[in-house]
Amino acid sequence: MNSSAPTRATATSAGTAGTPAGTAPDPHAAAAVEVRGVTRRFSSRSGEVVALSDVDLTVRAGEFVSLIGPSGCGKSTLLRLIADLDEPTAGELSVFGRPPRVARQNHDFGIAFQQAGLLPWRSVRTNVELPLQLHGTGRGARRARATELLEMVGLADFAEHLPHQLSGGMQQRVAIARALAERPSLLLMDEPFGALDEMTREHVQTELLRLRAETGAAVVFVTHSIPEAVYLSDRVVVMSARPGQVREVVPVGLGEARDRSDDVREDDAFFDRVRAVREALHGADGTTPRGVDRR
Amino acid sequence: MRRQVLLGAAGVGALALLWEGYKLVAPDDGVVVGELTVLPRTNDIAMPHLWDMAARAFEPVNSATDALPLWVAVLVAAAFTLGVAAVGWVVGVVVGLGTATLMQRFRTAESALLPWVVLSQTVPLIALAPLVRRWGSQLEVGTFDWQDWMSVAVIASYLAFFPVSIGALRGLSSPDAVHLDLMRSYGVGWWRTYRSLRLPAAVPHLIPALRLAAANAVIGTVVAEVSIGLRGGIGRMIVEFGASASADPAKQWSPIFGAVLVGLVAAGVCALIARGLARYRVSEVS
Ligand SMILES: Nc1ncnc2c1ncn2[C@@H]1O[C@H](COP(=O)(O)OP(=O)(O)OP(=O)(O)O)[C@@H](O)[C@H]1O
Ligand SMILES: [Mg+2]
Repeated sequence: MNSSAPTRATATSAGTAGTPAGTAPDPHAAAAVEVRGVTRRFSSRSGEVVALSDVDLTVRAGEFVSLIGPSGCGKSTLLRLIADLDEPTAGELSVFGRPPRVARQNHDFGIAFQQAGLLPWRSVRTNVELPLQLHGTGRGARRARATELLEMVGLADFAEHLPHQLSGGMQQRVAIARALAERPSLLLMDEPFGALDEMTREHVQTELLRLRAETGAAVVFVTHSIPEAVYLSDRVVVMSARPGQVREVVPVGLGEARDRSDDVREDDAFFDRVRAVREALHGADGTTPRGVDRR
Repeated sequence: MRRQVLLGAAGVGALALLWEGYKLVAPDDGVVVGELTVLPRTNDIAMPHLWDMAARAFEPVNSATDALPLWVAVLVAAAFTLGVAAVGWVVGVVVGLGTATLMQRFRTAESALLPWVVLSQTVPLIALAPLVRRWGSQLEVGTFDWQDWMSVAVIASYLAFFPVSIGALRGLSSPDAVHLDLMRSYGVGWWRTYRSLRLPAAVPHLIPALRLAAANAVIGTVVAEVSIGLRGGIGRMIVEFGASASADPAKQWSPIFGAVLVGLVAAGVCALIARGLARYRVSEVS
């Protein structure tokens, strides 16, 4: 990491200050994700798009951070940069103190997209086994891990089904199980619940919190839903579009995210944080950006 | 499945009825308008009765004392043709898949090869057959001796490789961006991505290509047998028996049915392959 990091870090540490006591980061442990002055420009025939402009962000190990912002503000782009599926035009990223490429080759993170992206010809079980199989885990260990994960997401009875025999929500849970297969210390999720109905969505959210508590992984979570971001996160990063920038970091402080239960959704503190995120999103001009779900 | 068999049988029955019905109704010399015959002749030389064809099939091939029954001789020839076509099909599929893989792997290979793949199919078979035979006969590697049937198989594979290479190229390029991103996030290389993603994803495009390739291989074999003059197969038999059609009109129909049989078996094998790969043909999930 470069030496200019500390000065920049203060600029984005609004959230750090507000995190609940007891999760104070170990200063010696590398952050799960460090983003320093990252800019990503796409040039096409119709002109140049600045998807991200000078973005700074730190996600500590074990922390749950949501990215929220209007459509096209560069949330997916940022996630893809962290996952080394794309490269920044300028700036630096590191994952657990290493360049994203190295982290990717070390299988440091699991990833889940808006589409479940299961391989249609593989059974639910072998879909979960895919990363393990590709990285040479033995048959027995693979099977045991898949069984364990499918039990965790409540789909043990569907292990031998093919993906098209499952509902969208079930497919998404399989995708999450797959992302957890290698016990990653970082989970990258791009609107994983975007296609689910509200009931399934709340259910899977609680499930995700529980899984996260069990694995202790840090999570970077992209969403369009303010309540979802507030319910799940330790901090909510609010972004603005054109150019994509971090507008504000809202600490949630609803207690340890890992101890949160469904009752939190009824709390006054919850509604207060929802309001805070909404105000951050509306910005100074008071208009709601398009593409943000205000449920 | 049962329904399909019934429908197939009904189709064959309808065809037989049409044949005999037309023969019954239309005049012997066909329907002539002015100088032009607009509907075919129906006399026994042009259109023998189906039962005459069947009866002829059970008689010996010729007057020699040790002659086989005609249907046995036809079956032997059909098996020979099927074997050559199968060799051509396998070679064509392997070469087609190889070409497609190369084109998928290296974009430059695609722009360099694809035009030639398409152009290759515009060379007429009739021009090609004697050439292949001549080149083959000049081939001498140790004790290996180029046989005429190999020339025929080469031509069959030449026709079979085209649909496979085009179909496989489309199939290998068909995986979703999500799946490709996923493989990349696993940090696996080209070969593993090819095996666990591209190849299985190509199957729905590959099955029709394999079918087309099988049909092409059979047709290529029958035609090349004739133009190269290879003995022992159905193609040569059709021509031979056709030459004696005026004396023995029912005889030439047996090898024609033999050729149909070869086509049916080839289609059946493809159906079996499709069945074995059924898992890879389920519709894409969201
Ligand atoms: N591969 C690409 N080529 C060109 N432009 C791109 C590319 N990917 C993203 N962009 C542009 O970058 C900007 C940010 O895109 P991105 O997908 O990151 O937005 P997002 O915040 O994820 O939006 P959404 O909430 O709708 O998913 C958009 O204006 C988009 O058009
Ligand atoms: Mg997006």
